[in-house]
Amino acid sequence: MSKVAWYRIAVVGGIVALLEVLCLAGFIDKITMPAPHIIVRDLFRMVVSGRMNGAIAKTLSNTALALGLALGVGIIAGALLHRARALRDPLDPLFATYYAVPVFAFYPFFIVVFGLGDLPQVLIAFMLGVVAVIVNTLNGLDRVPTVLLKTARILRMSPADTALRMTLPFAGPYLLTGIKLAVAYAFIGVIGSEFIMSRGGIGYEISFAYANFDNATMYPLILLILIASVAVNGALTVWEQRLLARRGMR
Amino acid sequence: MSGDAMRSARNGLILIVGLLLLWQLLYFWTGDIALASPLATLSYTVKLFATDAFDVQIYETLRAFSIAYALAVVIGLLVGFWLGFDRLSCDALEPMIVSAYAVPKLTLYPILLLAFGLGLSAKVAFGVIHGVIPIILFTLSAVHNTKPILIKTGRVLKLSRWQMVRWILFPAAIPEIFTGLRVGFALTLIGSLLAEMFASQRGLGYVLMNAIGLHNVELIMSVTLVIVVFAATVSVILLAIDHRLHRRA
Amino acid sequence: MTAQVRLENVGKTFMTGRPPAPLHAVGPIDFEIRKGEFFAVVGPSGCGKSTLLELIAGLTPPTEGTIEFEGTRVTGEAPEGIGVVFQEDASLAWLDVEGNIAFGLRRSNLDADEKKRRVRDVLKLVGLSDFATSYPAQLSGGMRQRVCIARTLVMQPRLILLDEPFGALDQQTRLLMGDEILRLWRETSATVFLITHALDEATMLADRIGVMSARPGRIIDVVETNWPRERDSRIVERPEFGSITARLWHTLRAESMKTIGRG
Repeated sequence: MSKVAWYRIAVVGGIVALLEVLCLAGFIDKITMPAPHIIVRDLFRMVVSGRMNGAIAKTLSNTALALGLALGVGIIAGALLHRARALRDPLDPLFATYYAVPVFAFYPFFIVVFGLGDLPQVLIAFMLGVVAVIVNTLNGLDRVPTVLLKTARILRMSPADTALRMTLPFAGPYLLTGIKLAVAYAFIGVIGSEFIMSRGGIGYEISFAYANFDNATMYPLILLILIASVAVNGALTVWEQRLLARRGMR
Repeated sequence: MSGDAMRSARNGLILIVGLLLLWQLLYFWTGDIALASPLATLSYTVKLFATDAFDVQIYETLRAFSIAYALAVVIGLLVGFWLGFDRLSCDALEPMIVSAYAVPKLTLYPILLLAFGLGLSAKVAFGVIHGVIPIILFTLSAVHNTKPILIKTGRVLKLSRWQMVRWILFPAAIPEIFTGLRVGFALTLIGSLLAEMFASQRGLGYVLMNAIGLHNVELIMSVTLVIVVFAATVSVILLAIDHRLHRRA
Repeated sequence: MTAQVRLENVGKTFMTGRPPAPLHAVGPIDFEIRKGEFFAVVGPSGCGKSTLLELIAGLTPPTEGTIEFEGTRVTGEAPEGIGVVFQEDASLAWLDVEGNIAFGLRRSNLDADEKKRRVRDVLKLVGLSDFATSYPAQLSGGMRQRVCIARTLVMQPRLILLDEPFGALDQQTRLLMGDEILRLWRETSATVFLITHALDEATMLADRIGVMSARPGRIIDVVETNWPRERDSRIVERPEFGSITARLWHTLRAESMKTIGRG
């Protein structure tokens, strides 16, 4: 195994081992955090018992919905804005400062307008992710070299054909960056909203468990989310690296 | 360059007017139960600022945020430079830090609350874990992107390691580091605000959550407006500096 | 030889800058390209050589005059039967070499076997048979240009336009690619129109060479080389090579000075 792999194992293993020792020795009391091996054991039990399946399903489905919306609207909006300079220029400062603004501040507004169902969450998650997709789509489209567009015209390709077979494959890696961000933001938006105000989902369960000092539920759930987001992000990154490697970049 | 500046100003104006229009239209659509009109919000906000209680909350938020940001900058720069120079550590740890970006740090809040208790330290901690990541990543990238020719020049001039950093590496890296600081600013702010929303009895975030509970629409809108205006204004200023730094480089 | 491309009184004016102002890039231009010949155009930087090529290719419409390809007017739409190789790398990074070449045949009516055969033949023609499954990122600049040339050739165009295709390559590679182009020209019997700023390249490759003036570009001289069809880069040894190149430079030097003077 490479040096890098050993290094990582050492760092992660070291931190876990340190936590384990601190917990077992009593420096970290059980109310604050159970020992790592107990968290893993509780996670295992929770998964096997299936009692969180409803919450997990709810969170995942809302995340998927928000993600789909963010990607669909984002890519199309990006493609349209790319051609409409008059619209794009005024919106640029909005995109550049968008992520400085706590989008969660709009959550109350959504609740009042749309009620306490799932829609406000999905909207918040959508709002968080869509701008990242638009910005990265624009970035990818900006970078399409003129020579490729000229080639498409010489080959007498229709506009749709050019978009699908020339522009999209070229901009692929950049779009993928936007997709990765949208996934992360969808998670954050849904789970965060569930924290604040919800009647279901993983965020709610964590918040409930916290209020009830139920570490046996809370920590495994948190670990579950960490594992899930790292796994999905990792998979997308591997795909991105493969695309880039084929092009000799990185 | 004034042509460019005028165009940016015009675009900014169009944007602001557009957003205000959208706001007003939404108000007409949803009514007083959901929104306050721009005008009503503005007058309410002015009244708020006149009260002492509100100023205390603002001070509270600013205090937590500044400490968090200062910490994030210091830690971020140190770790960023370390990873920039130490190839092995960077190769090993950078991907892990990048994936930390994607993790909903929101879910770590209960842990931080248990560790730090309610109050200032928890808020600072939330802010730091949000803001430190982009600072680290941009700083280490800045060090990596230093053109080799600059290092060779430094060697030819027989500079010591410290002189190299002070006179060549640091100035060359500033534009990219600044971008990291800018992004870190926004994220730290969000982190500390979110912390206040869940884990505090003071500060703007707390006021917001309270207003939601009381369904005080005007208060919700005012606090949101104050936060948005502050964040957007600072962001625009930092962006302008960012552009100037990059253009000079 | 019949005229395959005819330009009559052709001119092109762009609107560029902020606020938009007219830029008279090219024209008036009158000349013709004969079927099956190798025609090169040389000229100072910025004289509009690339614009001229784009006009002929149908990538941009003329603002004055008419362009005809095989008797049909050309206006802003690429006619069928024309292939173009650009100076920049137009290889598709996400496809392998075979995929890149086959890309040119996507919309043709050939059946799958015929397509495969043509791709294979063209791979052999440009000498990339061993690299069919490689990706452009793994190839050198010269090889990538060969991929682009192959993609153009696979469609069997009757007119091939080359816009400084070897600009990004080093001198030795350019000379070898010149040999390649001549060989491909003979074997495909296509008409070739080449734009270059390298006088020796034009002299070596072409049957006729057009000299363009400084902007707005017009054809101010056409030099005939009278080379035999079976030629390669060793044509540089011939005594006429020097005198032809000298004549080109004589005309070109004055025009180039104008360009620098304008700064």
